[in-house]
Amino acid sequence: MAGLLVFGYGNPSRGDDALGPLFLEALQERLASSPGGDIEFLQDFQLQIEHALDLAGRDRVLFVDAHVGCPPPFRFERLVPRRDGSYTTHAVSPQALLEVYRRLNRGEPPPAYLLSIRGERFGLGDALSREAESNLESALRFAEALIRKTTGTGWDSLPSGPDQKYGFSLA
Amino acid sequence: MYDHLETAENPESLKRVVIDPVTRVEGHGKVTLLLDEDNHVRQARLHIVEFRGFERFIQGRPYWELPVLVQRLCGICPVSHHLAAAKAIDQVVGVDRLTPAAEKLRRLMHFGQFLQSHALHFFHLATPDLLFGFDSPAGRRNIFAVLKEYPDVGLEGVRMRKYGQEVIRLISGKRIHGSAAIPGGMNKALTVEERDFLLQDIDTVLGWCRNALALIRRVYLANREHHERFGLIRSNFMGLIRDDGAFEIYHGGLRAKDASGRTIFDKLDYRGYTGILREEVRSWSYMKFPYIEALGKENGWYRVGPLARINNCDFIPTPLAEEARQDFLAQGAGGPVHGSLAFHWARMIETLHCAESIRELLHAPELLGTDLVVHGERQPEGVGVIEAPRGTLFHHYQVDENDLVTRANLIVSTTHNNQAMNESIRQVASEYLDGQTITEGLLNHIEVAIRAYDPCLSCATHALGKMPLVIELMDAGGGMLDRLQKRADGTVSR
Repeated sequence: MAGLLVFGYGNPSRGDDALGPLFLEALQERLASSPGGDIEFLQDFQLQIEHALDLAGRDRVLFVDAHVGCPPPFRFERLVPRRDGSYTTHAVSPQALLEVYRRLNRGEPPPAYLLSIRGERFGLGDALSREAESNLESALRFAEALIRKTTGTGWDSLPSGPDQKYGFSLA
Repeated sequence: MYDHLETAENPESLKRVVIDPVTRVEGHGKVTLLLDEDNHVRQARLHIVEFRGFERFIQGRPYWELPVLVQRLCGICPVSHHLAAAKAIDQVVGVDRLTPAAEKLRRLMHFGQFLQSHALHFFHLATPDLLFGFDSPAGRRNIFAVLKEYPDVGLEGVRMRKYGQEVIRLISGKRIHGSAAIPGGMNKALTVEERDFLLQDIDTVLGWCRNALALIRRVYLANREHHERFGLIRSNFMGLIRDDGAFEIYHGGLRAKDASGRTIFDKLDYRGYTGILREEVRSWSYMKFPYIEALGKENGWYRVGPLARINNCDFIPTPLAEEARQDFLAQGAGGPVHGSLAFHWARMIETLHCAESIRELLHAPELLGTDLVVHGERQPEGVGVIEAPRGTLFHHYQVDENDLVTRANLIVSTTHNNQAMNESIRQVASEYLDGQTITEGLLNHIEVAIRAYDPCLSCATHALGKMPLVIELMDAGGGMLDRLQKRADGTVSR
C-alpha cells in the first residue's frame, strides 16, 4: 500500500467540477517521469462513507476538489476530523470522512490535507472554464513541488490562509 | 387523497415555510408549506429546483459512447444509467439476446450496485431517524451518532457498501467510468482470481444483510402503528417482472397493480411504454408527473422502487428473501403494503436477495465465459429499461444514419415517484404539522417521508461550499416571523 494517497473527485461532465479528476490525471502524468513510487491515485465522483476504508495504512492523504468559494487559484489546508451535518450523501466532506474513519477504526486517521481549486461553473455538459484551467495549472505546480520537495510534517509548515498565493513560492 | 393540498386558494394571504434543501437525500430539492393564521396547512409541495438537461447532454453524441457517458449523469447510481443505456444500445445494434456470460456479468454488476446503494441509504440516511426518533436532536440524526451508539450496525453498513463497490470494480475494471457493458455485450471477462476474491466474503456479506433486515423489522414492529400510519397513502405500483411473475431487476415485462392489488397491466413489452405512460408538466416543479394514461391524471399516478417491486412480484427466486417477503406481506391485510416507511423494510429484503443472487452467480460456471459480444443489424431506435435501486429507469434513444443520437428520453426512478412523494408529505403535514408551532423536529417529519423513497435529485456535482439550510417562516405581508439556520457542523440556531 502506497504511503501517499492522492484522491481527486468530481464529475468530469460538469464543467469545473472536473477539476479534481483532471488534477489527478495531470499529476500522474507529470510524476510519471520521475516516479516517487510511493503514491496511489484514486478518483471518484464524490466522497462516500466507504472511502474511509481507503485511508487506512497511509502516511498522508491529499484530497483534491473543486471549490466555489475559496479564493483563486486554490487553497491548501490541513484537515481535522469533524462531525458535520453533511446534508446530502454526495456532499460528504473530507473532514467528515476523517471523522467516519475515527469511528470505524477507533483511532486517528493519517494526516490529511485538502487542495481546493477554485471553480466557476458546474452545469451538465459545460466545458472547463478558462479561469479554472488557469487555477488548475497553478495547483498542479504547487502540488508537484509539494510532493517532490517536502515530506511528512513538512506539509504542515507551509503557509496557509485565503490571501496567500503560496502555490507559486514552491514552483 | 391529499390533492386538495397541492394548490391553496389564496396563497398570497398565507404564511410560507421553506425547507431548502431537503437533507439526507441525493441532490437538491425543497419543500414549501403554506399555513393560515392558525397554522393549518393549506398547501405542501416538493419542488425539484434544478433543471438537469439530461436529454440535451446526450443528443448529438455517437451511440456507442452512451453507456460510458451516461454514468456522468448521476454520481449516485452510475451503474444503473450505464446498464439502462447499454440495454437500449443493444437494440440499436440489433441484439436482443446476450451471451450467457455477458448477461450474468451485467446482472452481477447490477446486484453489486443495488447492494451498495441500498446499504448507503439504509445505514447512512434512514437509520438516524429510525434509531433515534424523527424529532430527536438534529445534531444526533447522522451517521456519526449511528457509528458511535451502534458501532456494529454502522460498520456493517460501510463494509456492505465497500463490497458492492468491489463487485463493480472487478467487473468494469475500475471504480468509476468503467466500460463494462458495450453494445451487444461486455468488454471484459471475469477471471477465476477475481471471482474467488468476491467469493471469500460473500457469506459474511449475506450475514450482514440478514442483520440489517432483522434490524428494520424489529424497529418497524416496535412502533408498528406509528410506522404504518406515517406517510400512509394508497397508490398503484409499477415495475419490471419476470415472465413467471418472479421478482426481477434486470430484464422483464412491465407490471402495474392498483391499490387493492388488482392487475392493471402485466408483462408489457417496455418498448411500448409511450402507449401506456404519460408525463404531466406542472408550473411549480422541474420534475414531471408521470401517470398511467388509461387511468388518467388523477388516478393514474403510481409508485416504483422497493415497495412496488415487493408488492408486485409473485415470488422472489432466492429462499431467504422469499421467506422475508412472505413475512413482510403477512403484516398487511392481504393486499399490497402501502405505508411509506415500509419502503425501508422492502429495501432490506431486496438487499438480502442481492447477496443471495451474487453468491449464486459467483458459483455459476457461465460467469467465467469469454464469449461476450453478439452482433446484429443496426436499428434506428432503442429502449432500455431496468429496475434501478430507486425504481424503474427508462432510457430511450433515436439514432440517425451517422450514428448520432437525435432524440433521447429518460424517465428516472424519482420522477415516477414524484406525485407519491408529494402525497406523502401532504399526509404528514396534515397529520403532524397541522395547527402546530413549527419546529425543526416537525419539519424533519416531512423529510423522513421523502427519504423513505430514497429519491435521487442529484446531478453529481458537489463542489464544496454549497451546503446551506435555512428555514424561514414569513407572515402574510412578507415579514419574517421566524428563521432557523443549520450550519455545516450540524448545529441549528435561530
